[in-house]
Amino acid sequence: MTSADLVTSASPRRHNGHSLTTRIVIYGLLTLFALVYLVPLLVMVMTSLKPLGEVTGGNMFAVPEHLTLRPWVDAWGEARIGVSETRGIHGYFLNSVKMVIPAVLISTLLGALNGYVLTKWRFPGHKLVFGMMLFACFIPFQSVIIPMAVILGALGRIGVDLYDLTGWSFGLGNATVNLVIVHVIYGLGFTTLFFRNYYENFPNELVKAAMIDGASFFQIFRRVLLPNSTPIFIVTVIYQFTNIWNDFLFGSTFAAGDSAPMTVALNNLVNTSTGVVEYNVNMAAAIIAAAPTLLVYVVAGRYFVRGLMAGAVKG
Amino acid sequence: MATLEIAALRKRFGTIEVLKGIDITLEKGGFLVLVGPSGCGKSTLLNTIAGLEQISSGEIRIAGNDVSHLHPSKRDIAMVFQSYALYPNMSVAENIGFGMEMRGVPRAERDKAVAAVAKTLQIEHLLSRRPSQLSGGQRQRVAMGRALVRRPSIFLFDEPLSNLDAKLRVDMRIEIKRLHQTTGSTIVYVTHDQIEAMTLATKIAVLKNGELQQVGSPSEIYDRPANTFVADFMGSPAMNLLEGTVTAANGAPRVVIARKEGEPIVLPIPASADAGKLQDGARVIFGIRPEAVNDSESIDRNARSVVKFDATVEIVEPAGSDTFVVIHAAGKELTARMRADADLRRGQNHTFAFNLDKAVLFDPQTTARI
Repeated sequence: MTSADLVTSASPRRHNGHSLTTRIVIYGLLTLFALVYLVPLLVMVMTSLKPLGEVTGGNMFAVPEHLTLRPWVDAWGEARIGVSETRGIHGYFLNSVKMVIPAVLISTLLGALNGYVLTKWRFPGHKLVFGMMLFACFIPFQSVIIPMAVILGALGRIGVDLYDLTGWSFGLGNATVNLVIVHVIYGLGFTTLFFRNYYENFPNELVKAAMIDGASFFQIFRRVLLPNSTPIFIVTVIYQFTNIWNDFLFGSTFAAGDSAPMTVALNNLVNTSTGVVEYNVNMAAAIIAAAPTLLVYVVAGRYFVRGLMAGAVKG
Repeated sequence: MATLEIAALRKRFGTIEVLKGIDITLEKGGFLVLVGPSGCGKSTLLNTIAGLEQISSGEIRIAGNDVSHLHPSKRDIAMVFQSYALYPNMSVAENIGFGMEMRGVPRAERDKAVAAVAKTLQIEHLLSRRPSQLSGGQRQRVAMGRALVRRPSIFLFDEPLSNLDAKLRVDMRIEIKRLHQTTGSTIVYVTHDQIEAMTLATKIAVLKNGELQQVGSPSEIYDRPANTFVADFMGSPAMNLLEGTVTAANGAPRVVIARKEGEPIVLPIPASADAGKLQDGARVIFGIRPEAVNDSESIDRNARSVVKFDATVEIVEPAGSDTFVVIHAAGKELTARMRADADLRRGQNHTFAFNLDKAVLFDPQTTARI
């Protein structure tokens, strides 16, 4: 009996019996893992809605008896963050927003431009350039900190000179601008990889048709490539947003004090060594810190999966 | 002055030469078809005319201007691609008008030109649709509309029908021919389909390995192929090519085709061949189209030179309009195109006839026609 015979003779018998057991196992496992991931979030949400006495005195899994939004208000506007004079995390939240939006947009657009050049305007050595950009994805964060600090220091001095000359530093030396620069440079390897692989399957004939139609290099990019890049654009934005928003190392190294991003502020809030640990406030702050990435996944998650698949299987 | 002149054109990719010195001219209103097997360089040649590939040496002139190193948009050409290459994010009207938009033509003028082209191609009702909402034939029309709206000196078509199903392909072929006849446009057309080449062209260029094999009218290519490659490539079923020997015994020179069994077939030298070049004992390849092989009653009555021979039927292929009969001759299969109602069966012995007016001879060494 060949293996083909085995498959055909076995399948009708298996089909009836196995579908129910398989379903129970599959859904059981899925439910289990969903719970494993959801329980911490549930505990966080419940804790953040309890008064402190209920948190320290009661069970972690107990439903709040006296619902209160006070910890959220405290976390946003009142809580003491490390040694800073300013109260609450709202300022740091804004720092992160001011950092993440330009960093994501610039790195994504530059990645798209790199991908466009590496696939549609090939030059001798394009493979080497792409290989080196790919290599950037594997460089550990820690190893670039000192060189980056040197470069940012130099840029800061240029900023001072520019300020003396023109009255404006062009943002050089500003902690948020520094973080944008760091994240754009560090993210470029990934965004280039995403867009190059997407544009590799983008029909060359469209570019040729646009050339014959008289479109310039940037016109082809803006009018033909970009409008047809929605899936990979969303994938890249989600990826970059999550990474940059959640970054702690660069944030804590290059932006101290009041210009620190959300992640650093959250750490300073939670790791305080003075006074009572306000778990409810900490939980509220942690949820606020995680909310933007959660929101991005909820809004664009289906594109994320679709985009990853589109890259994997052509057509 | 010819609309298109290509002189000594060479194209190298690294060390590989894909176009080895091409010389072609095309008159205004001509329809040049570049045909050949895949990898012969026909698409590369078209891309060099379009300016999408840089040339290594040589010259391309369009309407008298040297365009060899001009940008594609400055060459006064329009191209229809195999995949149509319609911009997926734009409506049909925007697709057709994109070139004019890039050249800064005012909106009102653009809309007027788009409307006029849409009317010619009967796609007015599709103007606001996206390419994804169109059928294959409609996409083809839009792609042609995008080319037509430019009013270029030369239209370039890169295998435009190969993505369509068989029936639509025939319809669009007629459409392109009608377009050519009514507008009098000059067209360069790439295909690997020799029927498209025969039906559309006023001039055919057959390429192989980056070299021109023959340039001529469809009938020249079909009836007087320059070598065995062209003879074999053009026509379906292919031309019969049989090995023979020249003998000058008993007066006039003749071609003798030996057979495994039975008498050899002895033929007078076909009128197309230069008998002066043939020496006694020389080996030749005798080429004859399937339609010039028939039974002795059905052979062309106006034929001046007919030779009859007996052979056994091996395979009978009824194709509807004709019946193809494969017979064994000279150790090689020989195909005859016969009447649809030809009453022949496998194994049957039958008298066939060659119409030698249509026969050609080739030199087996050089493969060139004698």
